[in-house]
Amino acid sequence: MTTRTLRIALLTSTLLAGAAQAQDVTLTIESWRNDDLTIWQDTIIPAFEAQNPGIKVVFAPSAPAEYNAVLNSKLDAGSAGDLITCRPFDASLELYNKGKLADLTALAAMANFSPVAKSAWQTDDGTATFCVPMASVIHGFIYNADAFAQLGIEVPQTEAEFFAALDKIKADGTYIPMAMGTNDQWEAATMGYNNIGPNYWKGEEGRLALIKGEQTLTDPQWVAPFTQLARWKDYLGDGFEAQTYPDSQNLFTLGRAAIYPAGSWEISGFNTQAGFKMGAFPPPVAAAGDTCYISDHTDIALGLNAASPNADQAKVFLEWVGSPEFATLYANALPGFFSLNSTPVEMADPLAKEFVSWRDTCQSTIRSTYQILSRGTPNLENETWNASANVIKGTETPEAAAERLQAGLASWFAPQQ
Amino acid sequence: MSGRKPIRWHIAVFLAPAVLVYTAIMIVPLFGTLNLSLFNQTPERTSEFVGLANFRTLFGDPRWSGAFWNALGNNAWFFVVHMLVQNPIGILLAALLSSPRLRMAAFYRTAIFIPTILSFVIVGFVWKLILSPIWGIAPGMLDVVGLKSLFAPWLGKEDYALTALALVSVWQFVGIPMMLIYAALLSIPDEVLEAAEMDGITGMSQFWKIKLPLILPSVGIISILTFVGNFNAFDLIYVAQGALAGPDFSTDILGTFLYRTFFGFQLQLGDPHMGATIATAMFGIILIGVCIYLFGIQTRLRRYQF
Repeated sequence: MTTRTLRIALLTSTLLAGAAQAQDVTLTIESWRNDDLTIWQDTIIPAFEAQNPGIKVVFAPSAPAEYNAVLNSKLDAGSAGDLITCRPFDASLELYNKGKLADLTALAAMANFSPVAKSAWQTDDGTATFCVPMASVIHGFIYNADAFAQLGIEVPQTEAEFFAALDKIKADGTYIPMAMGTNDQWEAATMGYNNIGPNYWKGEEGRLALIKGEQTLTDPQWVAPFTQLARWKDYLGDGFEAQTYPDSQNLFTLGRAAIYPAGSWEISGFNTQAGFKMGAFPPPVAAAGDTCYISDHTDIALGLNAASPNADQAKVFLEWVGSPEFATLYANALPGFFSLNSTPVEMADPLAKEFVSWRDTCQSTIRSTYQILSRGTPNLENETWNASANVIKGTETPEAAAERLQAGLASWFAPQQ
Repeated sequence: MSGRKPIRWHIAVFLAPAVLVYTAIMIVPLFGTLNLSLFNQTPERTSEFVGLANFRTLFGDPRWSGAFWNALGNNAWFFVVHMLVQNPIGILLAALLSSPRLRMAAFYRTAIFIPTILSFVIVGFVWKLILSPIWGIAPGMLDVVGLKSLFAPWLGKEDYALTALALVSVWQFVGIPMMLIYAALLSIPDEVLEAAEMDGITGMSQFWKIKLPLILPSVGIISILTFVGNFNAFDLIYVAQGALAGPDFSTDILGTFLYRTFFGFQLQLGDPHMGATIATAMFGIILIGVCIYLFGIQTRLRRYQF
């Protein structure tokens, strides 16, 4: 008799537990930020779940280089998660146009973002916004402050000082002057061309002129970044042609290289890896006193899978992502991803503060190739990777590279024809 | 007066499972791909029939055709390296292994075959590390023998990257021709070899005059397997150099070109229709190659009955 009671009791408790679980809705987030897995699991998701019982959130990232392909396949197959981390501009716009991303214009949290912050995730006419902006990344150079102090190098302000510093590091021989490789190609374009470029093409002015067809990629201000990149070759490590992105990161954090052309997303990784003091400086300008321009690239946002069966709960999560609370949490958990929320966010990390302080002194722009210009075939962004890597290796002259990019762009982009 | 032969239903019944499975997972997708290549996306995001227009773009547009011929040329070189390095070495190893005087043959056989069962991801990553100019052991080992000057960041140089990766692939797969030839060599009857010895044909000349002709059909099979495998290759290049098949597309083969086009890459959105067009072209190339072998070579190979 007792066994039977026990059995019934066990059975009932199992059923009840099952029923209790069934009320919980689990939201899955698709992302390319696999580096951030622990931060989401330990900091961000618990904070949300504590306030919203009944909603469970799972962060399920895939490898950055494969993300777009994996996501598109999953969306087509109907197996994608409820929340989709949005790449800026056309990749997400295409998903919205295909009906894969839901329209989020009506979300109350959208009021917390400036039009510029939202521009990367809007239709061309700006009527519909389909992702909640999360963060932007800023480009610049991170340097080994101990190495600079040891060699007596001042932080370079102008291009001449920049190359003088590189020469000095090279002559000393203790450090590789600059940690970058061309094997993976994208660093050459993202941390090279689009990092130093805005100073030449004057940020937004040049970028918008290119979209309107008033400037071409063969104009001197668009060739000049390539000319500077070609000079970098002498300051990179031995065998940089086969040096990968993780190689460069390790060279720098192990203290073997003095300067690292960076994006601010490196900050949290570098903070844990590097055993020396670090500093950062914006891309050097041509002459002292020139206006500086920085690439402050709207990089990451969160959207809603239009086919999600849990749309209501997902919207609760998205409202929270748009709140100042999330902005503070995110910006401090991930120093280097700067909040796009209109409410100013207080950050603790000194390196992150250094990066974000350039917003006050310099003009912000986004990567030149991202909006509209990478809509056709050949793809300008992907071509720029290849061209920048070639220019650094010296297998293509700056002029030839610019000409090839322009010819490719003009082949499909009407304003450039 | 016998009646008509009864219909032999059992043949159809026994064939049915294999035919159904093969049709569902091979033939239908193949024709699906061929069909997809005849359509294109309209600005309104619907599919429209465009006939052979995609093929005209692939072979007529200077950008598409440039990328295609570059990939095909690289693929041909990839295949040539395998034919010139992998298969002769495989035959040589098999000949050595089948020598009755070799001790520890089982150990060598296993050791040489093991890379074949490793994942591409491991092979690509390990070789990238070995050849890395920063952490790799290749520069150090060359330094020990005083040949440091010969070291170059091979995977990062347009001139060497493809050959280096082809040799990595050879390293990985040399076990397969070795095993097939080894099996063929073992199946040669001892009487034939003894008769050869009676006639005074021993050692090297026995290999060239007796064994090699007898294993030629196996060599033929290995060649065609290498051909199909190489023209379908993708994994190693993708793991080692990424979908952009750097440096400067010098390691781009048809597989990576197809992947980039079909699934898209970074800001480049995927284009299933052009992707299917490339897949169809690959299918055609492999079909032609296999047909040349089947009708031009295999029918002329002499077979010996023992």
